[in-house]
Amino acid sequence: MRATVIVTLKPTVLDPQGMTIHRSLAPLGLTDITDVRQGKIFHLQLKDGSREQVERFAKEVLTNPVIEEYRVIWE
Amino acid sequence: MKFGVVIFPGSNCEQDCHYAIQSVLGKPVEYIWHQDTSVKGFDAVILPGGFSYGDYLRTGALAKFSPVMNAIAEFAKKGGLVFGICNGFQILTESGLLPGALLRNVGLKYVCEFETLKTENIDTPFTNLMEMGQLLRIPIGHGDGNFFADADTLKRIEDNGQVLFRYADSAGQITREANPNGSLNNIAGIVNEQRNVLGMMPHPDRSSEAILGSADGKLIFESMVNALVTK
Repeated sequence: MRATVIVTLKPTVLDPQGMTIHRSLAPLGLTDITDVRQGKIFHLQLKDGSREQVERFAKEVLTNPVIEEYRVIWE
Repeated sequence: MKFGVVIFPGSNCEQDCHYAIQSVLGKPVEYIWHQDTSVKGFDAVILPGGFSYGDYLRTGALAKFSPVMNAIAEFAKKGGLVFGICNGFQILTESGLLPGALLRNVGLKYVCEFETLKTENIDTPFTNLMEMGQLLRIPIGHGDGNFFADADTLKRIEDNGQVLFRYADSAGQITREANPNGSLNNIAGIVNEQRNVLGMMPHPDRSSEAILGSADGKLIFESMVNALVTK
């Protein structure tokens, strides 16, 4: 079983890296992309039935709740 | 009176701090290894700058799992003086010993330069030798020093007088131009509610004697000594 944890800055937190990446779109003419937010992705390999541990790991280690939020994709 | 300077894997300012305490202040100081489980016998603990655990995951994020951090949290709870400089500040916010977080600098660049700091509260163990509004010349060197807190937390910090230092211009004005990293309200350093834990991005350890360009940083260490002597 695999889990993918995606960590992003909260919508209320400024993302200067995302903004800078966004500025590279105009020269390419990709003007339909109106916003870019950068995040992190973690691939976890697990034993069956360890969902709770993934949630705890995501909450207590992978994310700083002051500035970030996460979601988990189960495979 | 004994100071302790914690060494995490990736710390690189521990010698600067040790030197400032021992050679500039002439006070006893010892290193504390991050695997230690006690800070018994120390009166003040300094978390130095650097790149603990390579700044992997987030700055300061992995250092909070070092065994010594449990001891430091206990020490802080009992009123012990804890002082985090730069990466040390990041570790203190990640550990929950200070509110807020340090984001990537707004300009995305690592900024290494002298700043002017305005002293905003002198009723603390870290600023008791200063005058209200006193300007200090202290350098920064960081890529992630952009202080952030949500609106409620920021209001609480401000209302409680927890902001000790703000980035100012040479006239002491708190301006956008004087803000090197995008920190909310130009915040450069804050204390906890109990006023015994300080975190700041600028480096007093790099400005504790005139030959370094400024001796203003020494005032912070001397204030700590003063607080410990008069306690």
